[in-house]
Amino acid sequence: MTALPLRVRRRPTFSWVGVVPFFLFAIAALGLPLGFLVIGSFQDREGNLTLQNFSDLTTGTIPIAFMNSIEVSIVTALLGGILGFLLAWAVIMGGLPGWIRSAVMTFSGVASNFAGVPLALAFVFTIGNLGLVTKFLFETFGLSLRRDLGFTIYSKTGIEIVYLYFQFPLMLLIIAPALDGLRREWREAAENLGASAFQYWRHVAFPILAPSILGTMILLFGNSLGAQATAFQLTGGTIELATIAIGRQIRGDVLRNPGLGYAMAMGLVVIMAFSITVYTLLQRRSERWLRS
Amino acid sequence: MSTGWSGPPFGPIGVMRSWLKPRPGSGDRKRRRSSLVAWVILILGVFYFLLPLVATLEFSLRPKPTTLAYTNVLADPKFGGSLLYSFTIGIITIIVSLSIILPTAFWVRLKVPRLRPVVEFVTLVPFIIPAVILVFGIIRVYSRKPFVFTATEFGSDALLVAAYVVLSFPYMYRAVDTGLASIDVRSLTEAAQSLGAGWTRIILRVILPNLRTALLSGAFLTLAIVIGEYTIASFLARNDQFGVYLSLLGQNKAFEPAAVSLISFGLTWLAMIVIALIGRGTRDRIQITGAR
Amino acid sequence: MSFLELTGVQKHFGLTVAVENFNLVAGRGEFVSFLGPSGCGKTTTLRMIAGFETPTAGTILLDGADITYRPPNQRNVGMVFQSYALFPNMSVGDNVGFGLRVRKRPADQIRKRVQELLELVHLSDKLARYPYQLSGGQQQRVALARALAFEPQVLLLDEPLSALDAKIRVTLRHEIRAIQRQLGITTVYVTHDQEEALSLSDRVVVMSEGRIEQIGTPFEVYNFPTTGFVASFVGTLNVLPALVVDPGAGRLSVGGQQIRISRPVSARTGSTLSLALRPEMVSIGEGPAGSNVVRGSVVDVSFLGSIVRIRIGIAEGVNVTLDVFNEPTLILPKLEEAITISFPAEGPLVLESVPVIDTDALVAEV
Ligand SMILES: Nc1ncnc2c1ncn2[C@@H]1O[C@H](COP(=O)(O)OP(=O)(O)O)[C@@H](O)[C@H]1O
Ligand SMILES: [Mg+2]
Repeated sequence: MTALPLRVRRRPTFSWVGVVPFFLFAIAALGLPLGFLVIGSFQDREGNLTLQNFSDLTTGTIPIAFMNSIEVSIVTALLGGILGFLLAWAVIMGGLPGWIRSAVMTFSGVASNFAGVPLALAFVFTIGNLGLVTKFLFETFGLSLRRDLGFTIYSKTGIEIVYLYFQFPLMLLIIAPALDGLRREWREAAENLGASAFQYWRHVAFPILAPSILGTMILLFGNSLGAQATAFQLTGGTIELATIAIGRQIRGDVLRNPGLGYAMAMGLVVIMAFSITVYTLLQRRSERWLRS
Repeated sequence: MSTGWSGPPFGPIGVMRSWLKPRPGSGDRKRRRSSLVAWVILILGVFYFLLPLVATLEFSLRPKPTTLAYTNVLADPKFGGSLLYSFTIGIITIIVSLSIILPTAFWVRLKVPRLRPVVEFVTLVPFIIPAVILVFGIIRVYSRKPFVFTATEFGSDALLVAAYVVLSFPYMYRAVDTGLASIDVRSLTEAAQSLGAGWTRIILRVILPNLRTALLSGAFLTLAIVIGEYTIASFLARNDQFGVYLSLLGQNKAFEPAAVSLISFGLTWLAMIVIALIGRGTRDRIQITGAR
Repeated sequence: MSFLELTGVQKHFGLTVAVENFNLVAGRGEFVSFLGPSGCGKTTTLRMIAGFETPTAGTILLDGADITYRPPNQRNVGMVFQSYALFPNMSVGDNVGFGLRVRKRPADQIRKRVQELLELVHLSDKLARYPYQLSGGQQQRVALARALAFEPQVLLLDEPLSALDAKIRVTLRHEIRAIQRQLGITTVYVTHDQEEALSLSDRVVVMSEGRIEQIGTPFEVYNFPTTGFVASFVGTLNVLPALVVDPGAGRLSVGGQQIRISRPVSARTGSTLSLALRPEMVSIGEGPAGSNVVRGSVVDVSFLGSIVRIRIGIAEGVNVTLDVFNEPTLILPKLEEAITISFPAEGPLVLESVPVIDTDALVAEV
């Protein structure tokens, strides 16, 4: 055999058969539906190739829906990010008893999963027309949320307050390991070199955390962008959001143009994919730092 | 990881790692001042977290007699029926998901490592695709010839399960893959083979017992998500699904939805506690976020 | 001429006493090492000098000023951490210049100083690199440059070389000493490696369980250990149980064989004491006239490169280890071979306390 290196026995390999069921399922449940949306978004009613659907995205209430979605997502990502970071700092570095940390973390695990219909309902019971807080403020101070403050939960602000309930703990969960990754020696080295606490945060801790914080906020942005159930339950679709508009397309083709619905879906997917790519890149960067 | 994902964006798997480990104290005299701030942040955070729950509880107890909402709910056959339905769908989803993911993860590790990035990417796609878009595509593809699934109850249930299986992929795959990584599949398999064991036997007797923790965590997470899911189920007209039942209840009744919301929150807690108990003593904790 | 002075310094962590009654006076420009096994309180003492721990009792003076309770960022003491602790988000240049930047020095002055220091540690070409792009040895040099850049009054190093591999450790050790001499900076160096402490220091502080065992020059602590702990921790040595035969004449019996030591013994006839005997004091053969001659059999021969270490049993449970230089002409004794060894009367040292009998474990220390 060694004398004839060219006569290598080449057995046909069937090593890929084990993954066939997975790919078949993925194509059927994920590939075909997505492919359908992609192709459909480039077709007109007669099935001809067109870009019209995408330019139609700027018509009617669609831009408003996307703008609202983006606005809600930015606001909840920023606020959720800041508040989540503060709470993470408090339980991890604030010198609180150790059990508080575990309790808050476990609770965050639950809270970040407590979304959709029950969450929307819970907030209605809190700051809705008959909610506990609404009632309390009116009975105690004669203050009406709606009349005096112009606030109603069935609004963009309402959606934002509700979304924060899962955004905030999600931030806490993701940022906690990054805070843990801040090594005590960095703080000590900074102090040793003459830095004040502020200078340490400004020049060392914050720059180290920045990619994680930014990345996680982008993640929260995507998280809020794709949400549908909570907002729908809360407002019944009276506030235009991208997911709500897409939902209407599913129920019945309001605009008599299926291609436009597909284009809306594509638009949302593109924003999501973009934000998640940025998150991944930032996460990689901070991992590289924390590893060294 | 070869695809460069440092963590599934919407399911920060592994973020709970090192939760319970307190940081070493440094005997810092500045601790006192910062811990006051930390306490304030913590109390505000806890207040925000607990308020909706307290309000929901209060709301559910408003009718006379106080337990009326609960007795009504428990007497409603649809309540038990929807729980049973969602639970059944959840179990079926888990079985289907595992029977696809388990052999795939195993095979990818053992035989075709070069397919690993592809498989990993596919399992993470559900993070980029919001549920509303997934169900959009599924309905469009499977409500017309040649696949008319939506015409029958069974067909719609099958689509629901398929969509949930897709949703479960990211964390199921990660859970199984992490589990496999920790046990050195190759040596175990080779050892079993050298003792004359066949493939079924290897999987059932050697691999599965070693993956117990990973599989159970994945299973309970799937259950927690499936039971509360609303978006996909409502577009597929699965009105028996717990989330859809709760939403309808919310539109028709005043106090019963509060009771059911609380029960739903309790179920999420239960699932998280079970996961925490299963994962106790293991390094990697698994966390995902569910239906928005 | 005291520059850094620790007086009665103690540190308790709850019930653990990490450091008890630490007294040290170091002169300007002196290189002092803290040597001791892990957990003996070296780091804690160093951290009290740096200001990261507050002493439970005692005072720390630096150039006459009481700095015991001064915050670490106002101490002007440079520290090099075991794990380097470089800031991962800053380039090498920014790391080194950090101390000057927080002191708000002008930018060009910082730039000049950074260049100076990088030259000093031979890393001028790595100015723009990030820590994760450097090897461990390079990172440690950057850490050293950073600790020196703001011209601290004292340099503290906590096991700076322990994370590096053996070759780099030796090179870097010499570099640290050369730089320290060049700058004339007062330095406290923590290590558990006796070779490091002995080769670097002007003086060594040997510590055990929070206490100072002995302070002295490397020559003193090596050759004239005052306690059994120092004798056993510094270097390899034989600790032999001996029976006093004639205290006045220094006659003792080791494993039933008579020996004589050069100094009289204060113990009574018939009592036992411990003798410390360094391996390099012992040689094979009868030795010159007047040597102590002992017979035994070879228990073990281990090849250590430039030397060969031979263990000889001279009685039940009493072993003597000796070193011979490895020469091409060397004929190694065989195991269990009967052998005669000798050592001068000046060789054995009577230890104050009699703590250690397990001679095998002691030899294994090195
Ligand atoms: N922050 C702390 N809390 C409690 N005990 C500590 C702390 N730091 C050090 N110790 C204890 O003090 C003793 C001395 O520790 P250390 O100074 O680190 O020793 P070394 O540096 O010599 O290895 C050890 O017993 C250690 O466990
Ligand atoms: Mg130490």
